[in-house]
Amino acid sequence: MTEARDATFRIWRGDHATGAFRDYRTRVTHGMVVLDAVHQVQSESAPDLACRWNCKAGKCGSCSAEINGRPRLMCMTRLETLDLDQPVTVEPLRAFPSIRDLVTDVSWNFRVKAKIPPFRPRTPDAPDGTWRIDQADVERVQEFRKCIECFLCQDVCHVLRDHHKHDEFAGPRHFVYQAALDMHPLDVEERLRQVKDENGIGYCNITRCCTKVCPEHIAITDNAIIPLKERVVDEFYDPLTRLFRIFRAKRKSDRMDGRPEPDASALPPKGAP
Amino acid sequence: MSQADLRLPQRGMGATSRRDAWWLEPLIVFLVLSAFIVYTTWAAFQGVNYFASQGGAHYLSPFYSPLLYGQNGEPYWIGLAPPSWWPAWSPFAFSPAFLILAGPALMRFTCYYYRGAYYKAFWLDPPSCAVGEPRKSYIGERRFPLIMQNVHRYVFYPAAAFVIVLAWDAIQATRFVQEDGTTRFGIGLGTVVLALNAFLLGGYTFGCHCARHQIGGYLNSLARRPIRAKCYGCVSALNRRHMTWAWISLFWVALTDVYVRLVAQDIITDPRILF
Ligand code: SF4
Ligand code: SF4
Ligand code: FES
Ligand code: FES
Repeated sequence: MTEARDATFRIWRGDHATGAFRDYRTRVTHGMVVLDAVHQVQSESAPDLACRWNCKAGKCGSCSAEINGRPRLMCMTRLETLDLDQPVTVEPLRAFPSIRDLVTDVSWNFRVKAKIPPFRPRTPDAPDGTWRIDQADVERVQEFRKCIECFLCQDVCHVLRDHHKHDEFAGPRHFVYQAALDMHPLDVEERLRQVKDENGIGYCNITRCCTKVCPEHIAITDNAIIPLKERVVDEFYDPLTRLFRIFRAKRKSDRMDGRPEPDASALPPKGAP
Repeated sequence: MSQADLRLPQRGMGATSRRDAWWLEPLIVFLVLSAFIVYTTWAAFQGVNYFASQGGAHYLSPFYSPLLYGQNGEPYWIGLAPPSWWPAWSPFAFSPAFLILAGPALMRFTCYYYRGAYYKAFWLDPPSCAVGEPRKSYIGERRFPLIMQNVHRYVFYPAAAFVIVLAWDAIQATRFVQEDGTTRFGIGLGTVVLALNAFLLGGYTFGCHCARHQIGGYLNSLARRPIRAKCYGCVSALNRRHMTWAWISLFWVALTDVYVRLVAQDIITDPRILF
């Protein structure tokens, strides 16, 4: 698409129960993203069209929607990548209740997150109250920190989207969060029972839809969910690891490589980075 | 934090706004896996033509390896087939594949990658991402029966042993017995096929998520364990392409069986270089 041309946007208006699609035609040019087109429609023909956005740079996670049926960020979906000969459908996230038009109420996510025990580091490694972590150990959890909380993964996950298990299942975003905390080399909090019971990781049937939609390309299923599932198996199901635990204090301290408490002789010299 | 009052509508089977051919991927998975299961079952029930000794070759089909009970002239481990304990009333003629196929079959059945793929393709749960499902109720892998998929970590060890046996088979496939009874080293097309089979199955098996967990994934700190960190890095590297390894090795193991069968029946002549 090098020339300006007209395109139709089939935008959801109203809430999930009573809403409907309405078609809007507008002129689009090279380099535009779906959010631009929605804004243009807003200024030309639908001033009451509700839509949430903030950064227009794929970093705030506000503009999540379903474009041609696929959960995506409106600000990161270029019109060149869509077939403009057909109407482009733009609808709100389906896993969360619609407030109006493209805006959904995602506050459930914040309530789930608030129940997850926060980061709790071991006692400081050095007398000055600081810790030492090896760079190699930082990298694993770094990936999870890229999450922008767009909730596209929550939206596409069929456990929430189709089965509405919001009361029993925390969804992929929160497993990413729990993985970031649980795999942190300094963290000593115990969260696995919550991962298993309250947050229902067993509901995930590893169909990988969350990984496919993540705009930050976090390997949600492979690096967060499956490793957490394996940790849950260690902790609650596997008879052998449970047996070993009788002989060795496994649990969190073992995952910490047996270093929950600092060993004074192994401390790096003062002033080390 | 009940969501019940928010009245999210349940969408029906296949309901989606997706425009792309979302049904294509699950359909291909369904067809390829079905074809593989049908072929493997057929091959396992044959009980013959699994060992090719054409021109002194030593090619054993991977569906029959390790060959616990075999015929004279075959590299069997325990004794002649059928074993004495094979019940006379059995409706099936004995096939050595019956004794071992459960190992690799369970490995694939409980594999994290295949699980996700066949839940979609065979059980439509979901049929594809962001596409409506046929059923309302859902328990996932939370309770019986699917919670049993967690045995995967135990299935890994026999599967790893199979890879070693198949690598041994590939080494054996470089030995060609001559008319005068001597053995010459050589490389035939069959040798290459068997060696690739062991290599691909190794790439699949050692990229297993459970292996990744047990080699180091369960630890939060690997920095002071350099050997473990290396192993974890290697397994992770294979694991990133686990799906690709899974499909290529699946295809190749069936092709290896086909090749051995064709050579065993002298339908094709195995080209080879002897040294
Ligand atoms: S892999 Fe699990 S969490 Fe991700 S979309 Fe599928 S069921 Fe949901
Ligand atoms: S994990 Fe990815 S898809 Fe999910 S909320 Fe974070 S950035 Fe969005
Ligand atoms: S507007 Fe911030 S991510 Fe799209
Ligand atoms: S996860 Fe695929 S073989 Fe273990």
